[in-house]
Amino acid sequence: MNVPDITSTNAMNLAEKRSAADLRRRQAAQKLSFGLFWLGALVVILIMLVVVGYVFITGFKSINLQFLTTPPKGGLSGEGGISTTVITTLYLVGLILAISAPLGIGAAVFLIEYQGQTQSGGKFIRSLLQVVNFGVETLAGIPSIIFGLFGYALFVSTLKFGFSLLSAALAGACLVLPTIIRTTQEALLTVPVSLREGSLALGATRWQTISKVVLPAAIPGIITGIMLSVGRIISETAVFYVTLGGSYRLPKNLFSGGRTLSLHLFYLAMDTNAFEKAMGTGAVLIVSIILINLIIDLISRKLSAGVRLHQ
Amino acid sequence: MQTKLKVDKAVKAILLVSASFSILIVISIFVFIFRSSLPAFKEFGIQGLLGELTWRPANGMYGILAMVVGSVMVTLMALVLGVPLAIAAAIFLAEIAPRGVQAVVRPAVQLLAGIPSVVYGLFGMVVLVPLVRRIPVTGNSGYGLLSAAIVLAVMILPTITSISEDAIRAVPRSYKEASLALGATHLQTIFQVLLPAAKSGIGAALILGIGRALGETMAMIMVIGNSVILPAPLDNNPLTVFLSQARTLTGNIAVEINYASGLHASALFATGVVLFVLIMLVNVSARAIIHRGNPSAG
Repeated sequence: MNVPDITSTNAMNLAEKRSAADLRRRQAAQKLSFGLFWLGALVVILIMLVVVGYVFITGFKSINLQFLTTPPKGGLSGEGGISTTVITTLYLVGLILAISAPLGIGAAVFLIEYQGQTQSGGKFIRSLLQVVNFGVETLAGIPSIIFGLFGYALFVSTLKFGFSLLSAALAGACLVLPTIIRTTQEALLTVPVSLREGSLALGATRWQTISKVVLPAAIPGIITGIMLSVGRIISETAVFYVTLGGSYRLPKNLFSGGRTLSLHLFYLAMDTNAFEKAMGTGAVLIVSIILINLIIDLISRKLSAGVRLHQ
Repeated sequence: MQTKLKVDKAVKAILLVSASFSILIVISIFVFIFRSSLPAFKEFGIQGLLGELTWRPANGMYGILAMVVGSVMVTLMALVLGVPLAIAAAIFLAEIAPRGVQAVVRPAVQLLAGIPSVVYGLFGMVVLVPLVRRIPVTGNSGYGLLSAAIVLAVMILPTITSISEDAIRAVPRSYKEASLALGATHLQTIFQVLLPAAKSGIGAALILGIGRALGETMAMIMVIGNSVILPAPLDNNPLTVFLSQARTLTGNIAVEINYASGLHASALFATGVVLFVLIMLVNVSARAIIHRGNPSAG
């Protein structure tokens, strides 16, 4: 009479044991794999520490006030400092932003603020928006050497600006334009629609609404985009290698050539044996990138604090 | 009121013009690069450029096949080295790492993304190349595919990691909760629920990584050796092909454009066209693969 009961309990016990064993096995597999993931993360940190650490330790040996404040002397031993290349980099950052920031911010404002407009010509604007979005996406995917090649063909050769600050700035502006447009678009999207509606309902025109309500609210995000572009310009080498000429002297005007910090590093590494000086230049580059990252971090932290306040 | 509306209209026109610039730039890039490459294509044909191995501008030989192979090989090697680590780091950041650890790993990834390519190139020249040179094979200079692929793997890692992390985080919480509630372990949930759901985002990360790898210029010039040869084993061991020098499409352009003229310059623009088409092909085919695997993906 009891037999079926016993077998069924046995079966259940067996099943329980099996599932317990299975669970243990699965948990062991998880422990092992998670260990591997921790190891992977450790490897990533190690790579960062080794690269940055090596550049800092070997680079800081050649960094002193003289290195920072004297111009490069040229020659095969790579004598001199980096002062003119720092100034050229700053010139180029300023020039590129002067061209690309207004264009990029304007484009983003148009893409976001005028997308809902379906008055007369609404269809035209809608298809234009699609085309422009496609253009921005394409630009973002083009490798920098192609921008360099384009800059060389159009600005250096066809327009005869030569290897110059102007050619490099125009090519560089094309390079960072998608970055500025995208980050500004994102910044504008975070501005609540209610702000715009409130302003329009009070009788402000669209431009008044944009310039006095939307843009001020979006400024931290826009600054983040501009800082990202600064980082990109400081790091970029390929575009300037084929448009800026490479003279280590200070550019006298828009039509003289020059050499940015990263370009200087390249020339030092490839044409001279001054690896310590190249490392010193690399250390300066990494320090400036870290500073830019810190600023971006600070802005985004302030930004999220602000959002919390609004909610 | 009337003037205000006029200002409004004028501003709109100005903004429209600035928005049109991005598409204008895309068009001019196409026009200038294709137009400048036309003489080379006319002179040699696609066959003569893409089917020939010898690049010797002094003798009027402009085959770019060796550079295509160089670019593709170094990119594939960098993917093999970099992708597993990049995705592991992404899973770690999205699912496993405690908050405090995230706060260490994420800035590290961010910093790796920001380091200029010339600095990676320099590190490769000074640290990696001498290490690789120690491998005892005749003709091994240290400069070559292996050193270049290691440098490139590190360079594409942060891109792939951060976009994949976003993709994994974007998977709805309910998926994970349902899987855990059904008795799956966290690990099973990651591999059988989260990763498949994040497939298209991770695919996009890979596409960007490949694009970045194919497009990288300066670091490649610094460590790959730049000899225009079809990568081949250095001795009887087929693995020594990885120690072979090579030249990338990007490197070919950058190294020679400043002094090239005439057909030589045109052939370099043709190199740019090939690079461009290669990246487009990767984009289109990868997108097709992702969409076929997951038809609902946007």
